[in-house]
Amino acid sequence: MAIKEYLTVREIVGPLLLVEEVEGAKYGELVEVQFPDGSIGMGNVLEVSTDKVLVQSFEDTRGLSIGSTRIRFKGRAMELPVSRDILGRVFDGLGNPIDGGPEIIPDRRLDINGNPINPYARDYPSDFIQTGVSAIDGLNPLVRGQKLPVFSASGLPHSRLAAQVARQSAVLGREEEFSVVFGAMGITFEEADYFINEFRKTAAIERSVLFMNLANDPAMERIATPRMALTAAEYLAFDLDMHVLVILTDMTYYCEALREVSAARKEVPGRRGYPGYLYTDLATLYERAGRIKGAKGSITQIPILTMPEDDKTHPIPDLTGYITEGQIILSRELHRRAVYPPIDVLPSLSRLKEKGIGEGKTREDHSNLSNQLFSAYARGKEAKELAVILGESALTEEDKQFARFSEEFEEQFIKQGEFENRTIDFTLALGWDLLKLLPRQELKRVKQDQIERYMKQSEE
Amino acid sequence: MVAEQSGEIVKVAGPLVIARGLPDPRMYDLVRVGPSRLMGEIIELRGENASVQVYEETGGLGPGDPVFPTGGALSVELGPGLIESVYDGVQRPLDLIRESEGNFITRGVEMPGLDRAREWEFVPVAAEGDQVEEGDILGTVQETPVVEHRLMVPPGLGGRVESISGGTHRVTDTVAVISTERGDVEVGMFQSWPVRRARPYRDKRSPRRQLVTGQRVIDTLFPLAMGGTACIPGPFGSGKTVVQHAIAKWANADIILFIGCGERGNEMTDVLLEFPELIDPYSGEPLTKRTVLIANTSNMPVAAREASVYTGVTIAEYYRDMGYNVALQADSTSRWAEALREISGRLEEMPGEEGYPAYLGTRLAAFYERAGYATCLGSDKRTGSITVVGSVSPPGGDLSEPVTQATLRVVKVFWGLEDRLAFRRHFPAINWLISYSQYLEEIEKRWSEDINDDFKQMRSEAMSVLQREAELEEIVRLIGVEALSPGERLVMETAKSVREDFLQQNAFDEIDAYSSLRKQYLLLKLVMTFGLEARKALEEGADILEIIRHPLRERIASAKYVREDDLEELEALTGEVVRAMKQVAEGVPGREAVVPDSAAKKERERVEKIFETY
Repeated sequence: MAIKEYLTVREIVGPLLLVEEVEGAKYGELVEVQFPDGSIGMGNVLEVSTDKVLVQSFEDTRGLSIGSTRIRFKGRAMELPVSRDILGRVFDGLGNPIDGGPEIIPDRRLDINGNPINPYARDYPSDFIQTGVSAIDGLNPLVRGQKLPVFSASGLPHSRLAAQVARQSAVLGREEEFSVVFGAMGITFEEADYFINEFRKTAAIERSVLFMNLANDPAMERIATPRMALTAAEYLAFDLDMHVLVILTDMTYYCEALREVSAARKEVPGRRGYPGYLYTDLATLYERAGRIKGAKGSITQIPILTMPEDDKTHPIPDLTGYITEGQIILSRELHRRAVYPPIDVLPSLSRLKEKGIGEGKTREDHSNLSNQLFSAYARGKEAKELAVILGESALTEEDKQFARFSEEFEEQFIKQGEFENRTIDFTLALGWDLLKLLPRQELKRVKQDQIERYMKQSEE
Repeated sequence: MVAEQSGEIVKVAGPLVIARGLPDPRMYDLVRVGPSRLMGEIIELRGENASVQVYEETGGLGPGDPVFPTGGALSVELGPGLIESVYDGVQRPLDLIRESEGNFITRGVEMPGLDRAREWEFVPVAAEGDQVEEGDILGTVQETPVVEHRLMVPPGLGGRVESISGGTHRVTDTVAVISTERGDVEVGMFQSWPVRRARPYRDKRSPRRQLVTGQRVIDTLFPLAMGGTACIPGPFGSGKTVVQHAIAKWANADIILFIGCGERGNEMTDVLLEFPELIDPYSGEPLTKRTVLIANTSNMPVAAREASVYTGVTIAEYYRDMGYNVALQADSTSRWAEALREISGRLEEMPGEEGYPAYLGTRLAAFYERAGYATCLGSDKRTGSITVVGSVSPPGGDLSEPVTQATLRVVKVFWGLEDRLAFRRHFPAINWLISYSQYLEEIEKRWSEDINDDFKQMRSEAMSVLQREAELEEIVRLIGVEALSPGERLVMETAKSVREDFLQQNAFDEIDAYSSLRKQYLLLKLVMTFGLEARKALEEGADILEIIRHPLRERIASAKYVREDDLEELEALTGEVVRAMKQVAEGVPGREAVVPDSAAKKERERVEKIFETY
């Protein structure tokens, strides 16, 4: 079919173009927008009626004109060409190579919107991933096929943490094909450069695919970027049987791009101006993580988002938390006290924890120990708060012990080196070691025989 | 020709398609959209334009594509084979779709809700020549080892049974012929019913019987009645889904209908993988043998999410009509409301609060009203019920938002989840101060018959101790625990025991996951007896610290792990507590009772009031 070209743009509002007298355009179709200066941008069809088409341009609309903009409908949805050769490559937010390498000769071309995984086809995530970070492995473990976001805020070291997790992640006792897909949305050059260098340094780049939409790239492109990354991940996981870790950063910029389109379309806004369909839209991204029965590969997602004003109830972290299987929350307070990684373990949560740990996976005492650490740390923090109001002397002897425990816990257990890769056994032993600071009779969440066995062990 | 009768698309905007030229379109008619015949439903008519919400991804549709009428409304197939099925929001079987389409859900799949090939053994109950009316049972099919499927005369039908044939049938077979005033009518193994219309019943009654869920905080503090309605609002991470799953697992209903409405895919997988393994405590069979699942996860099309709750409740009504007690759980109704909002936005309707359509409250109320305890159609006047438990996911945990508020206006039971409790790893994280149940009075009456006279009493005392604790906590926060009188400290300790040893329940522990009502009673009695006896000991001059640190308390703490078969252990332990507290009191002879100062005296009176009724 010959591709028709239209010169009938009637309105340009923000990222939106209204094209008239169009025949045969389809909803969701890919569009080429030719600028008056000859350069070509991409867009897609947001709404189509008998002769009018609303096009969203992924390119900045600066320089477009009503009279001389050419629109071509491509007759297909936006696709990503994939083959094994995408590994080790860097693409822009729309899937074009930007590392100077050759174009990809595709095995397949995949619609970037994907299809939902049939819930009946899913397999429950249950393989523990050792990230080498105690605060994650010990207390909020990551499980293969999980989507576990990092809720961060401006100025916190989420990038370093994500890079560390990507570098160190391994499943216990197995050597399998492992790859990392990295989707950058609206982050700065420095941040992106940090990731690329990190991956280069550790040769991880050989098994990585990077999609880069930086802060100065067109904002609208960001709507496609995570879909590109996830499509690549699905190909690697379910066609090439790899275990894929997807890092998406920063989801906040993605949501802001969505809001921009929604505002330009004059849609009725939901909370804080974000569109009412933000939940559904985010779900179509996050739900592309998981395992499939009978498939060897898997997709694990770590989306990173920065909470505006450190506010967890802001629509972006809020809706994310409703979709993902837990969250890792970073704390400014810990960061200020130079604790790296500054993971606020109490409000952090891994919903798949119980299925991923225990005998045969990590160790039989893992679950009880982590509950004990949680409650002891919570009690210690409460005691410290009390001490702030009433003075240390108002604390009971036990409370003092708990307060001391919480300090040591932050200092030794949570805090660790950026390049320190702790084994799960080390993490658990450290936990038992710290529990020695507390009176035995207060250790109610661990069993007596576990105390005998593991606390003794850590004494040797 | 089909083509002549079809309409054509004039506009596509997300899940909404506008079509023109449909022959005599009616509101809520089902249509097939585009060349791949995607399912859709007419939700607005303007002139010759019909707005259609499409239940599948609309990418690739465009103006000029055909829209085919089906002449009927969105309906579900009701017959043997529903139990153990896993459906999407419009009753397509996901297991069969996977077999034919692979691991990802593709578009335009047409598949009947009931397996056409499967054979069932039909045992007639009615005989030739019998006079039957609507709702009468014609015969039965053993659908699963637990569920006897009762084939009923469809609503609106009645007359003489001309013929009825037992034996092996497929769902499409005719099993009986009924001669009515309007001629002979063939009755098959299944009937279709439009999902948006409630199935008829004879009359409704007030719910009386308790739906026992095995969850202590629910059954004892805020009980739910069969045929009642409840909602569970809570921010993310507060454990809504765990509570919903626990109810689905342990409720004493005959049929469980679980609707995963716009939630996580892995959660549905959890149910799918776990339920076949779990044994129903009432029947001894796997839980799947009484369960119907509807899975419309968050990434599946939004319009089908809107339909999923109706599909679910219609199936529930069908089993209610057979005389069963059905528990229907919708997780989460907020996602359903959001689907409404999204469609409403596309229709460019004037929004109400926070962008939700103005009819949100009406729709929610109409949905919950399909619950109830009813006398069914049929001359035997059997009764059945539907209990609806809906979770609500308020943004930011803020209960003042429209969906929570609209829900609270219609439901009778409110279990408010709180993330503060979840952070402390107190599960189920149901806040006892804000939750309520309006069925309490009715249900308490039954307790004195079924369990024990003093159950009601103990429940209200446990509640006042918790209430007292909340007040005292304020004081502790301001001036420290040392400022409390011994009596007050005992209240704090008793409340702590109620919280930790009674209310906290581990859904993942084999024994603790389910407590029978009897066990709940004995456990509460144990905890409250400690409070009462300790109070007495204190009055006789015992040292508060000696009471607090008494070694028996550890055994109270682990009492919840006593097996259902060994419940007499709890009674024995209660006896031990009484003796031990006596000993504590006697262990300090001659010591003068603490002289209460005026504030402590007041407090003491108050606490005594709480305990004096024992």
